[in-house]
This record gives sequence, structure tokens and C-alpha cells, in this order.
Amino acid sequence: MPTAILRQGEYLVASIQSDLSDTEVLALRDELADWIGRNRARGVIVDVRALDVIDSFVARSLRSIAIIARLRGAHTVVVGIQPDVAIAMVQFKLNLIPLRATLDLDEALALLDRLTRGDGGDER
Amino acid sequence: MPEETMDDEQVAGNPVIASPDIDTELLDELVTYLAHNRSDLREEWARRITDTQLLSVMTGEEIFTEVTAVYDNYVDALRTGSVETLQAYARDLSERIIPRGVETHEVLGIVLLLRDVLARSLFVNYKHDSDLLDRILDAYEPAANRIAVTVGVSFVEERERVIRAQQESIRELSTPVLQVRDHLLILPIIGVLDSQRARQLTEQLLGAIQSNRAKVVVIDITGVATIDETVANHLVQAVEASRLMGASAIITGLSSKIAQTLVDLGVDLSMMRTVGDLQGGLEEAERLIGYLRGSSATETAARSGG
Repeated sequence: MPTAILRQGEYLVASIQSDLSDTEVLALRDELADWIGRNRARGVIVDVRALDVIDSFVARSLRSIAIIARLRGAHTVVVGIQPDVAIAMVQFKLNLIPLRATLDLDEALALLDRLTRGDGGDER
Repeated sequence: MPEETMDDEQVAGNPVIASPDIDTELLDELVTYLAHNRSDLREEWARRITDTQLLSVMTGEEIFTEVTAVYDNYVDALRTGSVETLQAYARDLSERIIPRGVETHEVLGIVLLLRDVLARSLFVNYKHDSDLLDRILDAYEPAANRIAVTVGVSFVEERERVIRAQQESIRELSTPVLQVRDHLLILPIIGVLDSQRARQLTEQLLGAIQSNRAKVVVIDITGVATIDETVANHLVQAVEASRLMGASAIITGLSSKIAQTLVDLGVDLSMMRTVGDLQGGLEEAERLIGYLRGSSATETAARSGG
């Protein structure tokens, strides 16, 4: 099932509803990159609350979404990573620093507001 | 030949002390002899225990009481051929003496001493008739060995049970995650961090971040003396995983020894926000939370203003 992308002001919201195949993940990545340019988006929110498992390919793809978005001028926040998923993700030994994360959408919006105002540099 | 081997095996695996080929009359004779000389042998045994400085944590009186009880149980086990009562007593005894610091070698030592004391006394008593002595020892030795093994094993099992229980309670006690105020958790770690505990700690921390909606976690490791590479990596992973749950982690109380170890190990600490002590960590946390609050307050103001 392809992931729908919604626009909310300056931000894009992609809510992943079920496990994605590798192709679908790559499609999401490319589509987001495209949307950022077209909509002049300043922030991207990827909702992964529905995912019980994030494998290393998806983790790496999330990371590259964040890096690509950054290169295109937008910050990325991943929303709703479950505890088990977080533990699994840090085992992949990826550098996850480009990824920011919050528990829910409200916090993600607040974080993006701070980041896009340019005073979020201190927040890790 | 094969038949003989089978026979041997049957004798060795036989759970009853008195093997079928041993004369029960001899065993009766043996038991009567031991019951008859109860007080002498008991005293001799207690004396040898004191001489060899076993059970040094117990008083002479205590030793004598236990010696009497073990002796009676011992003779009883020889008579009935069942070690169950002795086993129960040995467990009970172990339960009493383990907290006082009695070591395994002491327990094995006293059981072997009893074996020696009895064997020697049998030898003295029957040395006029070497054939009878031979048969008496044949009856005595397997039984005595089995009793010694029973007591030793009971002691070790009891010790293992105590260790397991303690490990369990350490696990339960060891990882409190405390909410200090909204969005702020403290995780004080005290004692030895091993891989299993570090993993369990990460799980509890992430669960607490989710249920308390924490934004900042202060992990205080003042009470951790040393750390190895595996555990250091677990700690780094705990910090990263917290970040994936939307919480910043601050590590406090890193001793100079641990700091040196981490540098020597080459653990990547670029992700870690560290502050010298818990007080400083809490101040830093307040600053972070205040910063988060302050900015969302200005935001709201800006939004409603615009």
C-alpha cells in the first residue's frame, strides 16, 4: 500500500499505515523529495506509529529521507517509534543523528516550528 | 564379560544404600556399633572439626549441637537406607549457616572428617578380624560416600538457590525510573552494570519515556564503579533509543575512571550529553525543558497574536 502524503501549511505529513515493501519505501523517499521542492516545504513528518517492526532497510531509508530533505531545505521528524522498535533501530549501528523523533504529532509540529525558526540547534 | 559390566552398572546406579550383595546383618552390626559409641565418636568428630579450624564462625556449643544432629541423621540414613531425612536436615542446616558465611569447603571438610572418624574407629574396633573388617568396610564405604555427596550437594544447591533469589531481587530493585516533574525522568544506576541489566534498563527507560511523555532523561551513573565495552555500547544505545522516542538523555556522574575507560575503548561519545554531577544534570535538564516550554509559549503567543 503506497503511503499518502498530506500537506499541512509548510509541512508535509506522511503516515505509514502498514509494513512497506522495499520498493514502496524508496517510492516514498523519492516522492517526499519531489513534494518538498514543489511545495517549498520546511518540514517533513513521517508517522511510523503503526509499524511494529522497522528493519535495517527501512531505518536506512528513513535516515536518507532526513538527509535528502535537509539538502532540499526541510527538517524531518519521525513520529511514534515504539520502544521495541527504538531498541531494534539502534542495533543497526546506523548514524541516526539526522533523524529527529517525537512521541506524537503535536510535539513534532512544535519541534518543527522551533527548528524552522532557527533556534532549535541546541536540541539533540 | 559384558554381563559383568552390566552388573557393575546396576550396583553403581542403585538408589538404595545397601547394595543387594551387601549383608544386611553387617549393616545392622555397623549401625548398632555406631549408635553404641555415639557420644565418643561425636566428641571425636567435634574435636577434629575444631582442630582443623573448620566452621570458625560457629561457637563450640553450636558445633556440638549440629554435630549431634548430623551424626544421628547419618546413622539413621545408614539404617534405613534412605537419605531423605538427612537431605532435608542438610538443606535446613545450609539455610542456617550460609548467611553466616560458611564456605563450601568447610561443609565438605566436616562431612569427610566424619567419614574418616567413623572409618578409623571401625578399623580399631574390628582389626582383630581382618576378614570381618573388610566386609564391614564394604558395607560402610558406599553408604558413607553417598551420604557425604548428599550433604555436599544439598549445601551447594541451597547456596545456588540463595544466589538465584538474590539475583532476582537485584534485578527487580535495580532499575527505578523516577519522574521528578513533568517531562523529566531520573534513572539512577547503582552497582554493577552487566549486559543483561543494561538491556533491561533500556527497556524500562523507553517504557517510562512513553508512558510519562518525558522530554529529558537524566541517567546518573555515580554509583557505577566500572564499565566495559559491551556495557558502554549498551549505554550509548540507550541514549540513542531515547532520542528516537523524542527524549534527550543527559548522563551524569561519570567517574574519571569510567571516562578514561571510555576513551581507551574508543566508544563514540559524540551523541552523549554529559554533565559532571546529578545536580548539574538536573539544572541542564531544567534549562532544556524551560527552553522547550519557553519556545512553545512564544509560539502560542505569536500564533494568537498573528
